[in-house]
Amino acid sequence: MTVQTISEVKTEIIAKYPQIELSEAGHFFVPVSQLADIMLDLKVSFGFDFLTNLTAVDHVEHFNVVYNLSKTTGPEMLHIITKVDRNEPKVPSMVPIWGGAVWQERETYDLVGIIFTGHPNLKRILLDDNWEDHPLRRDFQWEGGRD
Amino acid sequence: MEITGGDNNSCNLQPDDEMVDETTKRLKRLGAEPAVIGEVTRTVAVGPLEKILNLGRANSFWPLGFGLACCAIEGLMGSNTARFDLSRFGYEVMRASPRQADVMLVCGTVTKKAAPFVVRLYEQMPDPKYVIAMGSCAISGGPFVDSYNVVPGVDQLIPVDVYLPGCPPRPDATIHAFMKLKEKILNPEVVKK
Repeated sequence: MTVQTISEVKTEIIAKYPQIELSEAGHFFVPVSQLADIMLDLKVSFGFDFLTNLTAVDHVEHFNVVYNLSKTTGPEMLHIITKVDRNEPKVPSMVPIWGGAVWQERETYDLVGIIFTGHPNLKRILLDDNWEDHPLRRDFQWEGGRD
Repeated sequence: MEITGGDNNSCNLQPDDEMVDETTKRLKRLGAEPAVIGEVTRTVAVGPLEKILNLGRANSFWPLGFGLACCAIEGLMGSNTARFDLSRFGYEVMRASPRQADVMLVCGTVTKKAAPFVVRLYEQMPDPKYVIAMGSCAISGGPFVDSYNVVPGVDQLIPVDVYLPGCPPRPDATIHAFMKLKEKILNPEVVKK
């Protein structure tokens, strides 16, 4: 088994997919349209077989959906970010690639309101089923709590 | 009015107890010798059925093994360890089913998602049943009171008998809460006031 450093892996990925943008912090910015294909290839060809974390960040103009990938066979980690439109926050579901994404995507849908197309059971997981809003959005307002 | 329980570790069959008085009175009516009265009242006490039942209830709680958050570590686990040993008081029989339990320790934050099953578990417990709200979160929502997903106090959902403050309360505070609940059960006429 050839040992590659993470920068070599990143260079290889960029060479294969020139549409990926590498930020200064070392994060990959992937366009939503190619997300599903690239993620599948990262698992199949590059061996990133574990989705460590999946979350989303509200940047007011747009949402960033963040995927942290790692390997069960090595120490490498990748941080994949995809920008989605605030008015139509849709990204393809990662459940067919990493089964563990089921609850993480439900949580992200619950709290930020990202819609994961193709998810088998996209409903709220932490909040009450009758809840209307998505509380981790910047424009969320909450009045209440104590009497 | 303040509840005075006297010595908590005794079984409440002290000479000044009204049940002992009643037994003595009845033995005198039967014409028993003073030595016999003294011997019998040491082991036999006559009293109202409800009072005897309350004695049993107060001295053998069966808590529901039900933890919502970190308070469960202090309240259910810590107080059962050798250092604190809740079983000294007869309260150690944690039940995994609400149908066999009579005390519910609400240990921790009650979220709105958890609220329906907290009420459901309470309703599944047979009467008489008691609730101890353990920790700041169960009492009032604690530091999470302003959160969109936290019930500000479990008393909004179910009636609470004893409030046990702390974040989390120490295991000996948990034992104190059980003792207070015991006093409450043994003195129903005081509680009614």
